[in-house]
Amino acid sequence: MPNGVMVIAEQRDGEIRKVSYEIVSEGRNLADSLGQVVTAVLLGSGVKDKAAILGQYGADRVLVADDPRLETYTTDAYVAVIAEVVKANDPAILLLGGSAQGKDLSARLSARLGVGTAQDCTAFSLESGNLVALRPIYAGKAYAKVSFVDSWPQMAVARPNVMAMNEPNTSKSPEVVDVSFSLDDSALKTRVVESIRDESGKVDLTEADIIVSGGRGMKGPEGYGILEELANVLGASVGASRSAVDAGWRPHSDQVGQTGKVVSPNLYIACGISGAIQHLAGMSTSKVIVAINKDAEAPIFQKADFGVVDDLFNIIPAFTEEVKKIA
Amino acid sequence: MVVVNIIVCLKQVPDTETQIRIAPDGKSIAQEDIKWIMNPYDEFGVEEALKLKEKFGGEVTVVGAGPKRVTESIRTALAMGADKGILINDPAFEGSDSLGTAKALAAVIKNLEYDLIFTGQRGVDDDLGLVGAALAEFLDIPVLSVITKVDVAEDGKSVRVHRPVEGQTLVIESDLPALITTQKGLNEPRYASLPGIMKAKKKPFDEKTLADLGLSEADFGGGARKLQILELTPPPQREAGRIVEGETPEKKAKELARLLHEEAKVV
Ligand SMILES: Cc1cc2nc3c(=O)[nH]c(=O)nc-3n(C[C@H](O)[C@H](O)[C@H](O)COP(=O)(O)OP(=O)(O)OC[C@H]3O[C@@H](n4cnc5c(N)ncnc54)[C@H](O)[C@@H]3O)c2cc1C
Ligand SMILES: Nc1ncnc2c1ncn2[C@@H]1O[C@H](COP(=O)(O)O)[C@@H](O)[C@H]1O
Repeated sequence: MPNGVMVIAEQRDGEIRKVSYEIVSEGRNLADSLGQVVTAVLLGSGVKDKAAILGQYGADRVLVADDPRLETYTTDAYVAVIAEVVKANDPAILLLGGSAQGKDLSARLSARLGVGTAQDCTAFSLESGNLVALRPIYAGKAYAKVSFVDSWPQMAVARPNVMAMNEPNTSKSPEVVDVSFSLDDSALKTRVVESIRDESGKVDLTEADIIVSGGRGMKGPEGYGILEELANVLGASVGASRSAVDAGWRPHSDQVGQTGKVVSPNLYIACGISGAIQHLAGMSTSKVIVAINKDAEAPIFQKADFGVVDDLFNIIPAFTEEVKKIA
Repeated sequence: MVVVNIIVCLKQVPDTETQIRIAPDGKSIAQEDIKWIMNPYDEFGVEEALKLKEKFGGEVTVVGAGPKRVTESIRTALAMGADKGILINDPAFEGSDSLGTAKALAAVIKNLEYDLIFTGQRGVDDDLGLVGAALAEFLDIPVLSVITKVDVAEDGKSVRVHRPVEGQTLVIESDLPALITTQKGLNEPRYASLPGIMKAKKKPFDEKTLADLGLSEADFGGGARKLQILELTPPPQREAGRIVEGETPEKKAKELARLLHEEAKVV
């Protein structure tokens, strides 16, 4: 009988990433309702001393796969090791975080294990002891409640930044276990030859707490100067609508929306963005939405918690000054 | 001579402008009034394949699985410049999940000659993004996902790609054959030209049933799904927002800052 909740933690450069704490917390809640155990799995090289912190968020046990070939993520190596660990432990529920890595890993793992996968989930619950996941589809125009049929483990991937994290309990320490695995070099077919850091040095949009986004209303690439300034004061990252990206004002990596990034910050400030359905698809799970637009009829106001109807070139600099006073 | 043969997988999805209505069964969407288009990410796949063909020569084959209407999107790809189209069309396939879809695609593709396969990073319908990786798994080739740049080596034997992840871009190398899932930024898809549309009508187009592919109907369709929809609901409504008042921009800005600080507590 499959039993227990398994969570795949994620580290980069030896540091555990926030999305891991979100899914460990979620796993803890599910396991408590089921009266089962939470096992976290951590892959990397020389990462064993990081395992304990996963316990503070709710892991009872951490399985560590330590190997120089696991230092940086590759699909081939991670899928091979995790598939082996999953088969050996037979969990009922398998959770991953929906980072770039988590999405890539879960997709191939799903086929390797022959199980269904609920991607991009915004909530988990249990019905008769089985996992039920809620996920936006059709760019958030509908929400699907999904469950699994004859598919063990029940595998689900959480949208980052959406699920609540448990308060870390520093007095808790998990059992940390080295797992053995076989990893055949001939299975490793891709090589990461370089990693180029984004020059901006800003937190990626998918992980940002605050995003200020600009659209066609910014008028041109220079217009973003005032957004960058506001972003600096707020500690925010800067996003853009597709119109701004297609006009060449901002890089593709800044695009928020259906064919861009899906983001869920605590605060999303949309400036000179009309609120097309494809843009809303990327930001409608933000906790607080602010819209600054001179057109009172712009659809973005229907989604915004706070709307300012005015010229953004007047509002943004004044707002930046006000935020400075608070901070 | 080096040639690079390419397969592009093509999914048909509702136009992104489409109003999504939930069908009376509460588990699916109403099919009337939907305008069907090629998944936008698959346009990037077609474009990249055509660019590689222009450089290396070789053939571009477009493969789709779904009902008859998918023919139209495959024709669009042919009109853009692809050489051949294949549609897996079988009533028993309807309702298949990602794994079923990938299995059917793999059954067609394993009999073709290919160096590269493109799929979209995700369909903008069910937003799952699983078929590409599953197809690669069933064909036992590497998957390179969410890619914004593709360089095939001059000898046509390996590829170097760019994969943006949070805060950095990874440069990854792989031997061919490999499967690449496309991301915005890869290229600007061309439009089909009028002569292209005329030519497309004469290009080879094949239809296959599951039986033609030696597949068993029992492994496909709604009955074989591993993930089932219990219920579809409209998106959670956000509470009606409020418009920040003030006689001057400065006063509005000040009030906004106050609201975000004191009420929403996000600043
Ligand atoms: C297949 C497909 C995928 C798409 N994917 C995406 C996507 O991922 N992301 C995305 O964003 N879009 C996407 N789009 C495009 C989308 O439909 C819209 O065209 C786009 O979002 C509009 O961008 P915008 O709001 O910046 O521009 P507009 O719609 O032109 O809006 C500009 C707004 O700025 C306001 N404004 C102008 N000047 C000022 C000023 N001085 N002060 C204050 N306000 C001002 C105007 O009132 C207006 O509301 C997609 C479209 C398609 C067909
Ligand atoms: N029925 C299908 N026929 C052909 N290709 C498909 C099909 N479904 C998915 N794909 C491919 O897989 C990509 C991702 O789709 P999905 O995994 O469904 O989100 C699509 O962009 C297509 O390239």
